[in-house]
Amino acid sequence: MTDKLAQPFTQAKTAEMADRMAQEDVQGRSPWTDARRRFMANKAAMTSVLVLLLVFIFSIFGHSLSVFDIETIDWDVLGNVKEAGRPSLENGHFFGFDENGRDLYNRVVQGSRISLAVGVVGALVAVIVGTVYGATAGFIGGRTDSIMMRLVDIFMSIPYMFVLILLLVVAGRSITMIFVGIGLTAWLDMSRIVRGQTLSIKNREFVEAAVAIGVPTWQIIFRHIVPNLLGVVVVYATLLVPQMILTESFISFLGLGVQEPLTSWGALISEGVKSMNYGTLWQLAFPLGFFVVTIFCFFFIGDGLRDALDPKDR
Amino acid sequence: MVAALLHGDKMFNFILRRIAVAIPTLIILLIASFWLMQTAPGGPFTSERPLPAQVLANIEAKYGLDQPIYKQLWDYVVGIVTQFDFGPSYKYKDRSVNDIIAQGFPVTLTYGVISFVLAIIVGGILGMAAAIRQNSWLDYFAVGVTIGAQVLPNFVMAPILILIFTLWLGWLPGGGWNGGQWENIIMPVIALSTSYMASIARLTRSSMLEVLRSNFIRTARAKGLPDRTIIFRHALKPALLPVISYLGPAFVGMVTGSFIIDAIFGTGGIGYFYVNSAFNRDYAVMMGLTILLGSMTILFNMVVDILYAWIDPKIRL
Repeated sequence: MTDKLAQPFTQAKTAEMADRMAQEDVQGRSPWTDARRRFMANKAAMTSVLVLLLVFIFSIFGHSLSVFDIETIDWDVLGNVKEAGRPSLENGHFFGFDENGRDLYNRVVQGSRISLAVGVVGALVAVIVGTVYGATAGFIGGRTDSIMMRLVDIFMSIPYMFVLILLLVVAGRSITMIFVGIGLTAWLDMSRIVRGQTLSIKNREFVEAAVAIGVPTWQIIFRHIVPNLLGVVVVYATLLVPQMILTESFISFLGLGVQEPLTSWGALISEGVKSMNYGTLWQLAFPLGFFVVTIFCFFFIGDGLRDALDPKDR
Repeated sequence: MVAALLHGDKMFNFILRRIAVAIPTLIILLIASFWLMQTAPGGPFTSERPLPAQVLANIEAKYGLDQPIYKQLWDYVVGIVTQFDFGPSYKYKDRSVNDIIAQGFPVTLTYGVISFVLAIIVGGILGMAAAIRQNSWLDYFAVGVTIGAQVLPNFVMAPILILIFTLWLGWLPGGGWNGGQWENIIMPVIALSTSYMASIARLTRSSMLEVLRSNFIRTARAKGLPDRTIIFRHALKPALLPVISYLGPAFVGMVTGSFIIDAIFGTGGIGYFYVNSAFNRDYAVMMGLTILLGSMTILFNMVVDILYAWIDPKIRL
């Protein structure tokens, strides 16, 4: 039998095949390599990564391109922003002036910093707290699990936008309070998702094996459960960032968030809206553009990651 | 019979459990907002020119602020439960929180309900049409719109609408309520409902696609039923199920979205008073509105959850 099958192959061909197989074996294809390949093939997601990178670079290094700052008022422009405050490359005010005669370019750079920081920090808190909380509840199970998750249920059904606003009014409006307020609620969804995943991983053989050889619970959670949750966590965290940015912008739009002279996308959009009637549309267009493009990018990247990391789900 | 009873019993347990979550949530909301207000810097009557001690004491006695805190909290709750009385505003002496609710609530309710219904109907129809004609231009249009609308929250939608329809075309008034004329309602409704419409369309599309691929639909096709009967008699109900679970978040979004709508369009709804009281540090109004809107949200979510469990016996009770 085997002889018959082997016959059509010449010695050279067999050697070549073996060679190729060996090579592929050396390269190895972990699930992460596969996922990366699928993600790279997704044009929308890859473009978004590139654009997002530019936005981040803009927010980090943007100030060094301009000689102006965020709070100096140009008294020659004030009162005549419509004519004298247009965006212009010649005088160095790339995005023009805002209604108070301040350089808009630097304000947008600074606003991007705060908005992106809120998004990233919020998602980070969600990832750390949510993962630990959810994995613990899911793995330990039983009464601990039901108490922990009931607590999450209760927190989740509190309409948190009210609590956030109350907090900001009582404790004083500041960027720190926004970080605290957003961090307080960001992890809830994550912990639910992680718990669900943990429940399905918990009964797999490798966990059983770990339990059988007497690995302590904490070590099982961090060494065996958490690494296997990473895919879901990464996808969800990417989708969480735009939500955080939206929340902060919402609050700052109402004027309850960051305080002058600091600003954020929401505050800038709000200023742009207020001055829309005066024909100074660039004051709305620039912050709105950055905001929309960034949110779009995060959504596309999140979608791409989901497709890449969880191909069954397509 | 036994199965039905079992299901009924489980259902009952589920409702009890759901209420068991809602009640502590309400209590936490109440205590948290009351406590936050108490710890807030500056009493309600501290002004730049300090009042004589006797006057201050009299005022505090009038509003019951000289009582111990637990007594205040208790009186407050009793007032709400027995007389629907949310207390006075400390900033405007001629106006109680109830007056503010009476003035702002009908406005918010009007555009809120219209937006809510519109989002469900238009979103549902769009999603189903896209699923039925999958990969047609209609489908691509629907998917494109839903992706676009997701990144256009109300505070982005509203200014764009004003820009187009008020400043450029001059068709609609840029704000005001005007007793609820349709010209004044149109833009707030679009701004408030678009992103929820998009989410509902996306939900309906994917669930409809899933239902259309399922076995019982294939059986219906094999029987030779016309498309219309298949869709309306068989596919519609299961396809709309996931939408029910989205009603809760959509409701919350509409309530908080009214802050923005009132701020941009000057419609004078409850959101306007809420944000204003936040600026004026009128704690009594903030607390009253938080408790009112918060408990509405909690109760609505509870009803939606129970409704969902009742309609769809498959979910884990």
